[in-house]
Amino acid sequence: MTQQLKLRRGGAEGSFLRRLSADRPARAVYVALALLIVLGWLLFALDGGRFLSQENIVGIQQRSAALGIVAVGQTLVILAGSLDLSVAYLISLTSLVAAEIMAGADGGVPAAVAAVLAVSATVGLVNGLIVTRLRVHAFIATLGVALIIRGALDERYDGPAGSVPESFQHLGYDRIGPIPVSALLWAAVAASAWLLLSRTRLGYRIYAVGGDAEVARLSGVRTERVVIAAHVLCSVCAGIAGLLLASRLGAGAPTVGTDGGYDLESIAAVVLGGTALAGGRGGVAGTVGGVLLLAVLDSIFNQLEVNSFAKDVVRGVVLVAALAIYARRRRTT
Amino acid sequence: MRRALPIFVVLAGLLVAIAIANPYFLEPPAFLAFVKRAAPLVILAAGQYFVIVSGEFDLSVGSLITAEVVIAARLIDGSAAATWPVLALLIVLGLLTGLVNGTVTTLLRVPSFITTLGMLLILSGAIFLWTGGAPRGALSPQFRELGRGSLGPVPWSVLILAAVAAAAICAMRAGFGHTLIAAGDNDRAAALSGVRVARVRTVAFMISGLSAAVAAILLGGFAGVSAQVGQGLEFQAITAVVLGGVALGGGRGSVVAAMAGAFTLEALFTLLNLYGISGAVEPAVQGVIIIAAVALGAVSLPRRRAAAAS
Repeated sequence: MTQQLKLRRGGAEGSFLRRLSADRPARAVYVALALLIVLGWLLFALDGGRFLSQENIVGIQQRSAALGIVAVGQTLVILAGSLDLSVAYLISLTSLVAAEIMAGADGGVPAAVAAVLAVSATVGLVNGLIVTRLRVHAFIATLGVALIIRGALDERYDGPAGSVPESFQHLGYDRIGPIPVSALLWAAVAASAWLLLSRTRLGYRIYAVGGDAEVARLSGVRTERVVIAAHVLCSVCAGIAGLLLASRLGAGAPTVGTDGGYDLESIAAVVLGGTALAGGRGGVAGTVGGVLLLAVLDSIFNQLEVNSFAKDVVRGVVLVAALAIYARRRRTT
Repeated sequence: MRRALPIFVVLAGLLVAIAIANPYFLEPPAFLAFVKRAAPLVILAAGQYFVIVSGEFDLSVGSLITAEVVIAARLIDGSAAATWPVLALLIVLGLLTGLVNGTVTTLLRVPSFITTLGMLLILSGAIFLWTGGAPRGALSPQFRELGRGSLGPVPWSVLILAAVAAAAICAMRAGFGHTLIAAGDNDRAAALSGVRVARVRTVAFMISGLSAAVAAILLGGFAGVSAQVGQGLEFQAITAVVLGGVALGGGRGSVVAAMAGAFTLEALFTLLNLYGISGAVEPAVQGVIIIAAVALGAVSLPRRRAAAAS
């Protein structure tokens, strides 16, 4: 609740920067990100590469866009005190829906985008209803929905299907100056989520419900609607990521979501950004920092040609270490 | 016990349904084969129960199983002499993993979801870094005997399962079990009344690691060496425990019901196979049934408030 009050006060008088710095854990992740960038720059220099080359910066943006979009959605559900493990399979599903409806024709794009948004919103609605109305723990509810989507995928597809027209592939590969279109899309999604959380009633309610659902209910918030809305928004974000991946691949693929590990990885990015897993504390700014941190780490590994398995080890250590540091800070303040 | 009752009814119903489709199922050899197949998951669920009832999660058991099987194959490499030392090593490794999970969760106050997720990444990365991407070596026949062989008509894995079940029930009846449930129900109250919450939870993680080691030994013998042997088992184990009516968030549920949940999951897979439901639809049916079972459990029985508060 203190978070909420702080945000309210910020809304009345605060500048953009003051508001960002009110989100203390987010500051920690940006400090870490800055240190990592310096470290990366040094390592690249020793290795004979240029960290701040356009190629590398574009690479970092490209790699982080899809995960970033999913993680923004995941932030919303986690803030509301829930969790979504179904995003990975939903990404695969929406990539296939998009590619099959487009079927290589330019005319199919609007219908495909509409269908993807409809499918993902429906999945989010189902998730939200199971969590709130049937009172199933979000972990089990979204795991069950993930299994259901997986069954549908296994039943219908053996490999890549559908095809994406050339015009839609611009989304995945084009860039305006040094900034890829996909990164702009991610920025737009993050900015709207940030506005939602800091400027709208629904945003305040998400913090309130995640902070203490019972208190929120007693103060007149319809907690169920808030949780459902958060789930729908999270699934729509996964759907957008599915569209982006379909445009990159030129087709839909039944394994694109799970291969990327978007379910657990997006949760990891959110908590790296300082959002509490129990809900109610944190924000989108931290999540963006968390995703960038993972992406910069990746680009350093690539430059040093570290084995991909070693990346997992380092990621695991970074994740646990970061959370241990957050826990320490929270206790001392 | 009242909370545990539904799962036994469901399990009995499923067993009857299997018996109707396949009359030989209830004869000893077929039934023992079923129990043998279910043993690793049941043992894993028993271990996961201790962690969940204390209010935490253990997501690392799946990759721990893969790691243990791959390590065993590499170290044994077909030699009979290496079997017993390696078995001991696997047990120690399981306990050690649990100790690290527990210490990081309790002393460093990292949410267990993240601790064990990090452990999952570390274990799976490290093991494939060590083997270079594909598991090498082979298990010795002596090692595989535990998962495949039998003592007279009774498979070894069934005997091991019985021993694990007895030990788990004893542990939950002893003082340890009571303090564990108290810690899971309300850790602050438990701490104020003298429970060493950090220590009890760490022991729970060690039990989970130990159960993963035992499950890995059985699965390695039963299914052989592969890089996918433990994949998804952490979610299956958690599902089984929740099916048994154990509350995520801690403090509620019995270990017998958790094990019954694992048997139910295995019976469900068997039934789906019997009715020729193809491999593809299986996960979907599983998903529906899990949600339905947990939803029914939540609606008909008093719900624990603010379970996610910690």
